[in-house]
Amino acid sequence: MIRLPLLAGLAALMLLLAGPARAEPLRWASDAQSGAPYVFHDPADQSRLTGFETDIMAALGPRIGMTPVFVQNDWDGLIPGLQRGLYDVVIDGIEITPEHQAAIDFSEPYYRTSERIAVRRDAVGLDSIPALRGHVVGTLKDTLSQRLLEQAGGIRLRSYDDEINAYSDLANGRLDAVMLDAPIALYYAVPDPRLKLVGGPIGALSYGIAIAKGRDALKARIDSGLDAMRRDGTLRRILQRWAMWTPEMATFTGDHSTEVLPPAAWQHWLQATRPVPGLRERMARYAGFLPLIGRAALMTLAVSACAMVLAVAWGLLLALARRYGSWPLRVSATAYIEIVRGTPLLIQILFIFYGLPSLGVRLDPFLAGVVALGLNYAAYEAENYRAGLQSVPHGQMEAALALNMTQGQAVRHVLVPQAFRFVVPVMTNDFISLLKDSSLVSVITLTELTQAYVRLSTTYYDYLGTGLLVGGAYLLLGLPFVRLARVAERRLAAGQVRAARR
Amino acid sequence: MLVRDLCKSFDGQVVLDGISLSVAAGELLSIIGPSGCGKSTLLRCLNFLELPDRGEVRMVGHALRRDGGRWRRADEASAHALRAQVGMVFQAFNLFPHRTVLDNVLLAPRVVKRAERGLARQEAMRLLDKVGLAAVAGRHPGTLSGGQQQRAAIARALAMAPRVMLYDEPTSALDPELAEEVLQVMRQLDAEGMTQLVVTHEMRFARAASDRIVFMDAGRIVEEAAPDQLFTAPTDPRTRRFLRQFL
Ligand SMILES: Nc1ncnc2c1ncn2[C@@H]1O[C@H](COP(=O)(O)OP(=O)(O)O)[C@@H](O)[C@H]1O
Ligand SMILES: [Mg+2]
Repeated sequence: MIRLPLLAGLAALMLLLAGPARAEPLRWASDAQSGAPYVFHDPADQSRLTGFETDIMAALGPRIGMTPVFVQNDWDGLIPGLQRGLYDVVIDGIEITPEHQAAIDFSEPYYRTSERIAVRRDAVGLDSIPALRGHVVGTLKDTLSQRLLEQAGGIRLRSYDDEINAYSDLANGRLDAVMLDAPIALYYAVPDPRLKLVGGPIGALSYGIAIAKGRDALKARIDSGLDAMRRDGTLRRILQRWAMWTPEMATFTGDHSTEVLPPAAWQHWLQATRPVPGLRERMARYAGFLPLIGRAALMTLAVSACAMVLAVAWGLLLALARRYGSWPLRVSATAYIEIVRGTPLLIQILFIFYGLPSLGVRLDPFLAGVVALGLNYAAYEAENYRAGLQSVPHGQMEAALALNMTQGQAVRHVLVPQAFRFVVPVMTNDFISLLKDSSLVSVITLTELTQAYVRLSTTYYDYLGTGLLVGGAYLLLGLPFVRLARVAERRLAAGQVRAARR
Repeated sequence: MLVRDLCKSFDGQVVLDGISLSVAAGELLSIIGPSGCGKSTLLRCLNFLELPDRGEVRMVGHALRRDGGRWRRADEASAHALRAQVGMVFQAFNLFPHRTVLDNVLLAPRVVKRAERGLARQEAMRLLDKVGLAAVAGRHPGTLSGGQQQRAAIARALAMAPRVMLYDEPTSALDPELAEEVLQVMRQLDAEGMTQLVVTHEMRFARAASDRIVFMDAGRIVEEAAPDQLFTAPTDPRTRRFLRQFL
């Protein structure tokens, strides 16, 4: 009798626990480094993900009974990752075009917009595509804007990976105009006192949520969710907050409500990214970067250290195989070393992260980074160890063999320990290089120092200050090892002098 | 120990041209001859640091025969078994510079024979004491004099309890008084009944300490005799010419 309420309570608790667990995750990917207003880290709080697409996903998930889970991926890897099944959908201002539709499916559009031309404040004319003929114009690669400018002919086109660079080159005078999607212009050109928008909207484009081909049930679910959001005003409210609600969107959605929400998100952005005039304020902002840079530095150190452990172990095996192995081993080790040293590290990293999943090997970014760097550096370590083994006088091996050791015992107890002293200085220097090369794993979405730099500098338009900060972090990380290398070199030199005196 | 018809050439150049030799237990045999005549090569063929092309090496129950064929895994096993009976001392000492003198002596028994640490250590200290180095057991070879290093090398070889010791010009790198320390150890081992083959240029030592002397020239044994006989009445003109340099 007394137990009854307890049981009921338990049942209620289980229902509660089971409730959210039943909602399937909706793994959505985007590149939070590619900038406002799509999906990005709040400049005022780097740990908070924001953006109008973030809001759309947050509203969409519950409507279709799914829990949105964000997955960071580099822009260039978004579609390949979708095809590999690393996540369910991609949302990142991806334009619905026939070329894209050949590779992936799209939901119904969630935003329609056009291109806008930005010029320097003192410029005259240049307010339409024909007026741009004979001028240097920047845009993003693979966009409607790029296609329109190419079709016009006679325009000296510069295609960028990154809108910030385009606008900053415009302000610096390297470009005469930049033509980009209206939301980008709103968030990067409008707030910049050196720039202005001219002419009217050009062309028309639609953004859709990208879904892997063949996932028709998911697509139907997402479309129904988007449709509900259009009809009940959710989409409008989100876009109004971001100052992105346009007459064009009203026509497209049929939402002609007169309700007007203040553009709170847009103002928050302006406030957070406004150039700070005073040194004191600037310093305060830099101080705010420190937690992110600190975490990123730890990540850089962790990836590099784990990769070095792998490189040392694997490199030693390669060196031994190459020097003492049977011929198939020797040939394989040599081939490995030559192939790894003869191909770019960046390609190896991309291959391991994006290529291996098609062979059924799926590594998380940290592991992929460690494996890629470790396997790469192993080739260099192997050569280093081989030189170290060669530096041990031949008489050492003979003495060991004469003492009835096997070759393996001689290598292990006599040669390797002596080679070790010889290789330590080079190894330490290699580790410093590895710390720097670890910046390449920023392409596989690991938030290490280089990615922190990209994120901070693109948010604040400040390549100089953040560059000095992040560069300083690399130097600090490397410093102990620079010292270690010096000590080891001195030791080695002293050892050689002693050996020579003998 | 018995050597029969040993032949070895390097890239067509004949270095050992049918060497036959027998060494009795407890004998101290000196090998002399002009430089380049194949003395080192002969010694190195006896413990298979160099692989003879042809011929046979026999030693206390082990035998290895070569007839120009490939070196096989089975040959490697016999060579390994045979080497267990042979200690070798090099002109350049070849001590392990990264280990202390004591560890130099300990290493092979520990690694090869898996000797128990305490016992191996006791035995190593006994050997170091015997060659007069107990006091420097904890030092690194680089800090010792040449004579001390070579004595440490002898102790290291003795630690594997060989039946035969091979020496390749053990004192050539040493000043005379340091050389004497080393020769003194070899005399002591001779007195204890060790079988020793010594390639040397120390004619006084060879004459005084050897039971027998072998004179080699151009890859062949030209003459072998008791020391006094070889030094006072060499039969071959090449021997005479060689010995004249040392008068
Ligand atoms: N590993 C080798 N490769 C080629 N030739 C060698 C090698 N070792 C020795 N020789 C040659 O064999 C000959 C005999 O050398 P060695 O046995 O060292 O003579 P010794 O010790 O009597 O001075 C020399 O001509 C030497 O050049
Ligand atoms: Mg020699």
